[in-house]
Amino acid sequence: MNDILIDIKNLHASVEGKEILKGINLTVRQGEVHAIMGPNGSGKSTLSEVLAGNPAFTVTEGEVDFHGKQLLELSPENRSHEGLFLSFQYPVEIPGVSMVNFMRAAVNAKRKYLCEPPLTANEFLKLMRQKRAIVELDNKLASRSVNEGFSGGEKKRNEIFQMAMLEPVLSILDETDSGLDIDALRIVAGGVNKLKNEDNATIVITHYQRLLDYIKPDFVHVLYKGRIVRTGGPELALELEERGYDWIKEEVNA
Amino acid sequence: MNSLDQYIELYRLNREAIDNGSAPVLNSLRDEAFVQLGSGRLPRRGDEGYERTSVEDMMAADYGVNVLRVAIPADVAASFRCDVPNMSTLLGVVVNDEFHPLRGMESRLPEGVKFMSLRRAAIECPELVKAHYGTLAPLSDTAVALNTMLVQDGVLVYVPRGVKLEKPLQLVNIFSSPASLMAARRVLVVMEEDSQAQLLVCDHTQDSEQRYLSSEVVELCIGSGARFDYYHIEESSSLTTRHSQLFARQSENSNLLVNGMTLTCGTTRNNYSLDIAGPGCETMLSGMAIGSGHMHIDNSAVVRHLSHHCHSNQLLKYVLDDESTGAFGGRILVTPEASFTDAFQTNRNMLASSSARMHTKPQLEIYNDEVKCSHGATTGQLDAEALFYMRTRGIPEAEARNMLMQAFMADVIDTVRMDGLRDRLRHMVERRFQGADCSDCAASCREVLTDD
Repeated sequence: MNDILIDIKNLHASVEGKEILKGINLTVRQGEVHAIMGPNGSGKSTLSEVLAGNPAFTVTEGEVDFHGKQLLELSPENRSHEGLFLSFQYPVEIPGVSMVNFMRAAVNAKRKYLCEPPLTANEFLKLMRQKRAIVELDNKLASRSVNEGFSGGEKKRNEIFQMAMLEPVLSILDETDSGLDIDALRIVAGGVNKLKNEDNATIVITHYQRLLDYIKPDFVHVLYKGRIVRTGGPELALELEERGYDWIKEEVNA
Repeated sequence: MNSLDQYIELYRLNREAIDNGSAPVLNSLRDEAFVQLGSGRLPRRGDEGYERTSVEDMMAADYGVNVLRVAIPADVAASFRCDVPNMSTLLGVVVNDEFHPLRGMESRLPEGVKFMSLRRAAIECPELVKAHYGTLAPLSDTAVALNTMLVQDGVLVYVPRGVKLEKPLQLVNIFSSPASLMAARRVLVVMEEDSQAQLLVCDHTQDSEQRYLSSEVVELCIGSGARFDYYHIEESSSLTTRHSQLFARQSENSNLLVNGMTLTCGTTRNNYSLDIAGPGCETMLSGMAIGSGHMHIDNSAVVRHLSHHCHSNQLLKYVLDDESTGAFGGRILVTPEASFTDAFQTNRNMLASSSARMHTKPQLEIYNDEVKCSHGATTGQLDAEALFYMRTRGIPEAEARNMLMQAFMADVIDTVRMDGLRDRLRHMVERRFQGADCSDCAASCREVLTDD
């Protein structure tokens, strides 16, 4: 069996005193794709933010082992350097910071962390070019400020482009399908699939089965009221698509 | 005893020496200034327009004034070497208050253009200086009167009708003195019809041990159809006090850019008084202030639309860290004559620490219906979401903060119309922010090893 990449044990987290995650347990191994589904407000996005280290959330209990490191003790930047990547549901616009400077700072910070020399300007631009092609990201976007004036689809493509640049071992895609038309969805999902290999893993957070037609999950989990209440194979997503969440809610609340 | 008394006394005792070290045209306004000072007082904190800064206190310390014009050597190269390299300019240096042209500069000036000592100009071409000196800066303003009473030298920029200066003029102000010193500085710019020029002024202090006080008056006479850029960059020590008053008057169809950048200082107050006196003018006032430590930076601007079909824009931004304080007072005045005015003012401020303070007071005063005017002032903190986003991409917090602060200043730098200076400013601002917060710039490789 492949190695465990991330092992989440009894994770509790709150924001402004309100507990959102109430004991998450999840194990993801190399080469796997996990889908996390669930109704609005169940804690899906909170889980991704907590794993990425958003200081707005407080972890109150539990631990997360990330290939031998205590993830929760690392700063957000070091989590990134260790190979964690979060594709944001709402990518942030940063006026005045160009994509090129942003990406160069990110790539070279990781290299510095790994005690590797920074990329030369030529090496870096070559890398940008290669990775841009994966999500068909226009060169013009790469020269603009980060996400500023990007359409919804362009923002999501830009997330996957950044993922390609940083080559994470674990990617969390938080509602990457929201706001995408079918063509953009195909490009984004295609990018994710190209980046997939037997050493890395992906957690796909989504409301809809639609994305899972493109990114095939090995496991599907249902998150409800801060806990994973059901786990199954790809067929669970199809069942949810057909029946909705009410039957699961009833089971849990019973 | 108020701050003025020591200067009035100094003038009484040294009137002859001051006159002898200067020129008749400059001397001719001293007595009137002296009389004005007898009945005036310097603005104090809380006075209208001086809510956060006391000029009285700024000038209270007992500074020396070099009335006898003792020559003070200044290692010119050392002071501005880090400033704007690779930019070809026509360079003049003001050591304390005395103008020194750099060797060969005058022969490189186009025919008729003057970039020279104001004292020498007042002797060599008294009519030109007399026609403009003191015409924009009113002696009824106490600080102007003080400057006028004491000033012995300064700088004249004169560009005759139709001449377009290709190379920027650069003026490096240096403070250098074995004892604490007050310098009365003066800049007079006369742009004749359809002339063009750019002037870059930088303030430096040669050593950070002495206390310095700069009392500066700048007059910009912008003729019709002329285009003039005035850039000012302050990089002085924490013991330096700067009180600067800039007065500009634009004739029809002229284009003026005034840009002020305070990168380091002690206490700084800049006044901008811009009169748009003819139709069809363009006016841009932009600036930034970067505060750290105990720096205090106060910019006060009044843009007066006195004529129709003019367009003015103000963009001032502050980033304040540590215990630094900032103030901005901005007023747009649109007179009844100024129909079809477009006038905008934006002041945006970022507080990078919980103890930094910003005070802003935007004002509009409009006496005409045919205008488009707006003002906006915001004071906030670094965008926490953007900061987190950058950190999730692996950019260390300190570096991410610096990048966001630089980005915040980007549109101010974009107002600069001198290509080389724009690039250079980006670098200077980057370096400034790195210097202000470099707690973990070099540590990360070591951290990794201990993490394991």
